[in-house]
Amino acid sequence: MRTDFSQKVSFFQKLRDYDYTLLMSILTLGVISVFAMYSTDGGKILFHTKSHFVKFSIFFPMMIILSFINIKYWHAGSYFFYLIVLGLLVWVALYGVQASGSKRWINLYFLNLQPSELMKVGVILCLAKYFHRIRTDRTNHFSTILISLTIVIVPTILVITQPDLGTSILISLSGLIILWLSGLRIKYFVYSFILFLISLPFAISFLKPYQKLRILTFIDPDRDPLGSGYQIIQSKIAVGSGGLMGKGFLKGTQSYLDFLPEKHTDFIFTLFSEEFGFVGSMFLLVLYSIIIYRIIVTGLISRSFFSRLFCFGFAFAIFLYVTINMSMVLGLLPIVGSPLPIMSYGGSSLLATMIGFSIVLSAKINHNQNIS
Amino acid sequence: MFDISDNVKKVNLINRRLFIIAAAKILVFVGLSTRLYFLQVKDKKKYLTLSDKNRIREWKLPPVRGEFKDYFGRTIAGNNEVYQLHLVPEQVEDFRHIALRLKKILNLSDREFKKILKKKKEIKPWETIVVSDNLSWEQFSRVNSYLYELVGVKSVLSISRIYPYKENFTHVLGYVSQANENDIFENEDIKKKFVPGLRVGKTGLEKSFENELMGDNDIQRFEVNAYGKKINQIEFKKGSKGKDIDLTLDTEIQKYCNELLKDRAGSICVMDIYNGDILAMQSSPSFDPNLFLFGINQDDWQLIRNNPLKPLVNKTISGRYSPGSTIKPIVALSALENKIINTKFTVKCEGKKEMYGQTYHCWKKKGHGFVNLRNAMKQSCDTYFYEIARRLGVDKLSETAKKFGLGEKVFKDLFNNEKSGLVPNTIWKKNALGRGWLLGETMITGIGQGYIQTTPIQLCLMTAQIANGGYKIYPRLTLEDQNNFPDKYTPLFNNPNNIKIIQDSIYSSTNEVMGTSYSSRINDLKYRFAGKTGTAQVKKITEQERELDLKTSEIPYEQRDHALYVAYGPVKSPRYAISIIIEHGGSGGSVAAPIAKKLFKLVIDRHKDRENAQRQKYLNI
Repeated sequence: MRTDFSQKVSFFQKLRDYDYTLLMSILTLGVISVFAMYSTDGGKILFHTKSHFVKFSIFFPMMIILSFINIKYWHAGSYFFYLIVLGLLVWVALYGVQASGSKRWINLYFLNLQPSELMKVGVILCLAKYFHRIRTDRTNHFSTILISLTIVIVPTILVITQPDLGTSILISLSGLIILWLSGLRIKYFVYSFILFLISLPFAISFLKPYQKLRILTFIDPDRDPLGSGYQIIQSKIAVGSGGLMGKGFLKGTQSYLDFLPEKHTDFIFTLFSEEFGFVGSMFLLVLYSIIIYRIIVTGLISRSFFSRLFCFGFAFAIFLYVTINMSMVLGLLPIVGSPLPIMSYGGSSLLATMIGFSIVLSAKINHNQNIS
Repeated sequence: MFDISDNVKKVNLINRRLFIIAAAKILVFVGLSTRLYFLQVKDKKKYLTLSDKNRIREWKLPPVRGEFKDYFGRTIAGNNEVYQLHLVPEQVEDFRHIALRLKKILNLSDREFKKILKKKKEIKPWETIVVSDNLSWEQFSRVNSYLYELVGVKSVLSISRIYPYKENFTHVLGYVSQANENDIFENEDIKKKFVPGLRVGKTGLEKSFENELMGDNDIQRFEVNAYGKKINQIEFKKGSKGKDIDLTLDTEIQKYCNELLKDRAGSICVMDIYNGDILAMQSSPSFDPNLFLFGINQDDWQLIRNNPLKPLVNKTISGRYSPGSTIKPIVALSALENKIINTKFTVKCEGKKEMYGQTYHCWKKKGHGFVNLRNAMKQSCDTYFYEIARRLGVDKLSETAKKFGLGEKVFKDLFNNEKSGLVPNTIWKKNALGRGWLLGETMITGIGQGYIQTTPIQLCLMTAQIANGGYKIYPRLTLEDQNNFPDKYTPLFNNPNNIKIIQDSIYSSTNEVMGTSYSSRINDLKYRFAGKTGTAQVKKITEQERELDLKTSEIPYEQRDHALYVAYGPVKSPRYAISIIIEHGGSGGSVAAPIAKKLFKLVIDRHKDRENAQRQKYLNI
């Protein structure tokens, strides 16, 4: 059998093939996020600004360095990566740091690592490798489905019990998208979707009271405008009052007068949107679209299924994060903790996203690399 | 191991699936953009308003209250600068320590100290505690000398009501005090302008003219954060001061009235008989309304409340008294008008008269002999008036009495505590008591006893309308009040001569020998006045008591007669009418009439000043 018919790629060639559009988009987003953080600190360089700047300054070069690792090594280490993160999740469940009612973090002294964020990439990586080898006629085999679902469900359950509904949904959806791309029969998706709808009332009864409240609040935020509906009402007011051009940098009254909750993390888009208006929001949405588009393009030119599946899966994941976060702050979805990639404050999320990007960048450089 | 054809199949499969997803992504992003468009472009106004509502909060400050001026433009209820002491907990390092220091410096009581600590718990740390809303000069200077070490404490200039003439105008003006729930509930304007510490009129004209006096709040607009803390001031809108109200009162006369009533319970009012201007109306005893401004202390309050002479009652308009003999001019006038009698009609007075199984006494035991109207009025012969009242009948009498303003509120709705008194007639008794009228009751009504009840202001108005020749007037307290009612100045008589007869008979009562107030007359034509005495019994006199004929000082206070006097002057061209009531003072001739003598001197002397002031007002315009 042919083993490796790709020729050795020189460093110069790697630089030439590098995806500068993606790189610049990520950098732009990073710069915007630092300024947004500066605004959440009330126009001063305080903790969040400093911390976010430092993290981005470390993770961005790290991404570039990691992107020069040949894609075949990523492929080789995929299961290992997945298992390590899974191990961390188990560790968290046992010895994790508890904060505001949930156990999500491992204290690494310089960073509180949240393994569930890494799992968002881990699950894509693992399944991309798994389906890389599966022949089309074996895709819908019982054993294939069983193994791939196990890969998705185990971390999902671990995260759900932290509890962290938002991240677990993102992990499972990121996993399922690989199953979809690999050709799992559409009827399975349809059946399970119907099953999901039927079981929804039962699932709701298992939800924690605060989670039920969030759903009720989503349906009618005005039922408790100062309590559970407060976040979403204030977020909508902030976005809406931004208007076409926005209130101006550092002039978002909703945010600097503290009407906006969690503005560093889940509601960073609201702050940005208030200060830069519809134009700014659209700019951000276009920037994310470019990133997603570039990732898909990399997938399309990739020779290996692993790269292709990973890129498509990761592109979908980015899309999912953006959509869920924005829908949430615009009142289209219930509030589930879900950060906006790169923009939101939070080291683990940033780290996971950057690792994802470095794999994509590596896939781009090595798009001709064949993986056995 | 690798199958090329399967690889192609797999690539196609993956790509096909990708395109479905990509299409979905585009749709979702378009959806998000639409949502953003609707929120940020289409509904921008709505959300901008909501955002401003969030961040901008208004603070109202108490408006500056309008002043009351007397006829000569003197301020009788004004505004005073006071120093308040404010404390902001957020700026204080050790709250308890500072509070204790303040307690020592200001000599606060334990109760006030506890109130401060309690207040601190109730408010947000950046809000203000008013430690004292009226620092005395001494406290103010003491605090100021320590101010450098009292961080978070500041003295603030504020404006408060002041009544410079203290007890002299208390009942007319009323007083202001902190608005309570009731005030807010009753008055829509107070509700709108309410701020903590707002003072509103509680009684008197302060209450009647609340809406004119109140003025508009200053409005501070602040940007606040989500916790309600002020971040910066955006706007300051100066409010306007309330309207000043010019009164018809003359401070000099008012003060003199208060002096004349010193240590007595009673009332004096002075009225212009042509335009109805009230020159003075004082009720005694009075109290200092300034005590109520910052919350009256318990001791002062108990002293006022428990005083048996009832300082809280405005006796001029709320005191109901039997008019006694002061009603006689009306009885006589009614009899003349109804042609029951003429000037030549005489009655023989023997000191008492048996009738319907009752004995009706004249005040003079020996009797007056044969008396005609003029003599009966001069000597206030009760027998004569029993007889003409009997012939007249109570219904005709009440008709005349009501015409002259008895039995109804003189100031209409101006005061909420004015009483209408009572002018009885047969229908009234049937309705109110369910019994028929007795003729004997007509007779005692003829001398102002029995059911009939009048207020001092009504008696004054009655006298004024007799003095001005029998024309209807409307008393007024404010210059702005034009009281242009259609029946103003309409005659209250059928025959003008009848009024002249009554005036002449009242004149004789004061200025001729045997007149009941002869000893209080003034011979000087400039000041000469005419008046009718009245002595109102507060209880029925028993035969035994009549035999004893006790002096006033020998009777228990509550059983003594009320002394009344109504008069007008100067007689050569009448201008002012007065009514005087001294509760439980004894006889009108000996107690009330001498007061009138003193009062008329001042009232008539002030006439020139009043005219000059009026001329000045026209010139100023």
